[in-house]
Amino acid sequence: MSESSSTRTPTGDPGGRSSSAKKVPEDPISEQPASPAAQPPASEKPKKVRAGDRIFQNLTTGAGLFVVILIALIGLFLLVQAIPALTADKANFLFSHGWSTNDPGNMSFGILDLLEVTVATSVVALVIAMPVSLGIALFLTQYAPKRLSRIFAYVIDLLAAVPSIIFGLWGILVFAPAIEPFSQWINSTFSWFPLLAPGNVQPNVRGTIFTAGIVLAVMILPIITSLSREVFERTPTPHIEGALALGATRWEVIRTTVLPFGKAGYIGASMLGLGRALGETIALAVILLIPQGRDFSWSFFDGGSTFASKIAVNYSEFNNETSAGAYIAAGLVLFVLTFLVNFAARAIIGKKGD
Amino acid sequence: MSTALESPAATPAFQQVSAARKVKNGIATTLVWFSFLIAVVPLVWVLYTVVANGIKRIPYTNWWSEDLGSVLGDEVGGGVLHAIIGSLLQGLVCAIIAVPIGMLVAIYLVEYGRGKLAKATTFMVDILSGVPSIVAALFIYALWVTTLGLPRSGFAVSLALVLLMIPVVVRSSEEMLRIVPDDLREASYALGVPKWKTIMKVVLPTALSGIIGGIMMALARVMGETAPLLVLVGYSAYVNWDIFGGEQAALPLVMNNERVSNSIEPGSVGFDRVWGAALTLVLIIALINLLATLFSRIVAPKKK
Repeated sequence: MSESSSTRTPTGDPGGRSSSAKKVPEDPISEQPASPAAQPPASEKPKKVRAGDRIFQNLTTGAGLFVVILIALIGLFLLVQAIPALTADKANFLFSHGWSTNDPGNMSFGILDLLEVTVATSVVALVIAMPVSLGIALFLTQYAPKRLSRIFAYVIDLLAAVPSIIFGLWGILVFAPAIEPFSQWINSTFSWFPLLAPGNVQPNVRGTIFTAGIVLAVMILPIITSLSREVFERTPTPHIEGALALGATRWEVIRTTVLPFGKAGYIGASMLGLGRALGETIALAVILLIPQGRDFSWSFFDGGSTFASKIAVNYSEFNNETSAGAYIAAGLVLFVLTFLVNFAARAIIGKKGD
Repeated sequence: MSTALESPAATPAFQQVSAARKVKNGIATTLVWFSFLIAVVPLVWVLYTVVANGIKRIPYTNWWSEDLGSVLGDEVGGGVLHAIIGSLLQGLVCAIIAVPIGMLVAIYLVEYGRGKLAKATTFMVDILSGVPSIVAALFIYALWVTTLGLPRSGFAVSLALVLLMIPVVVRSSEEMLRIVPDDLREASYALGVPKWKTIMKVVLPTALSGIIGGIMMALARVMGETAPLLVLVGYSAYVNWDIFGGEQAALPLVMNNERVSNSIEPGSVGFDRVWGAALTLVLIIALINLLATLFSRIVAPKKK
């Protein structure tokens, strides 16, 4: 409640650092500071900032600066390491499909296949996760009994605490066999529809983008839910009470007050979920089968590799610097991609907050 | 029950809710409840799978006291001590580095931050929290292995985990520091206590219980990461206490290693190991969360 009003302002700095020293010349507490240099000037010169304060401020500011620099460093290091591999690349890096990096002297690799599979799995995940998490967020804020809603929210957050390798193993060993008849049925009934055409890992329908997308949806549910919930909770009470006073049903209250108020936050939250889905590594590496024949052709029953799973599956190729550079280049593209998605998400959420 | 009251001489001021609106409301209510249940199903299913399949090896003492170095792939026996040690060591080293940095950043944002740098820092923490673990691993690989020429090791894993842990620590600490009432700070300033000492002795202790909770959650989160382990350290079936040198196991790495190099058909040794390691990991994460709750109760400021 009152958190939101005080969130964006730095907390109390009573009349600046300069006056606090002047007001209390014989400061009993500052007689045992961590650094002895703080003592003598504090009592004499009013403009002097205490050494302890200065050190502490520099330390914390330095930490803040460190985080800013860190992001720049990530981009820089990945770029520098990727350049040798990119110059040795005999194929078009952005627009070709193949990936052969075994021979450092004769490498030809492109990210188009990885990009397509990454986008396809994320889209499947998002299409499933977005409506479900909207429902959960509404349930937690508007429908669940107040006393139970905290516990229910905790249950949803538990999903986020399950390590992703466990989701991956569950997905391929337990979930995929369980839904196999269903996948089989969809695949054969709707095979005329391009997105559901027979895949490139036939007859297997377990290690597909379809399975991976569903598991991924479960994994991004908590992040979309928790952020949407936060926004929905902040719907102004007068709006809700106004709608109720006009005789609106509970659904109409939600449609006319909660949803318009929380729309931007919900979209932003979904984009953060998308960012998470794009970068998910080991669960997809475990689930997705690597096709031997043709490339990805926009069927959800294809196998394949996303950026992240490609890197994770082929870590053994890292013994040679140039080959590693090819994977680092793929990692750089993934970094840029998630950066842009997160940037957009924060921009959408932030606009609403101000 | 209300027939007598609802048939007055004049037309009623309030209209009945029409059937269509009632139906719509009912559908919405059902869908919303349903979506919550949909989310509970995989959670229960995953946890059931882990417990039901993992319980087979967990009760044996050698699961907790031996490594997998001296048993064959299809031989029943051995344990995951090497992986538990690896996971805990890497998590601990990661926390030692990430917690001070994360808390300093949070203190900066709450107590000092204003202007462009504070905005940039908030933004970059958000971006950092969205960096995929595999990208963090590649960055540390590019820095530690390629640029500095150092070997792959458990410490490199810790460094990658630091990148993933910092934003979580910053976010939770920041939130806790912000709800410390300004009155406390002002009272301290009025007594002539310097700002840094106010932060250390008044603000931090007040927020400490929440901060510790956040740190433990962050630790539990990073200990389940697999991607950095694949890129930054080799798997060893033996106990290795040296975080700076040699191959070192971790629980997710055991699972991945058994998955790749052993048969994981139901009933096989590999199957038991994979799910045993999964249950061990879940238990450790649950234990850390439990400790977090207990610990924050203990250090929580006394309420009136």
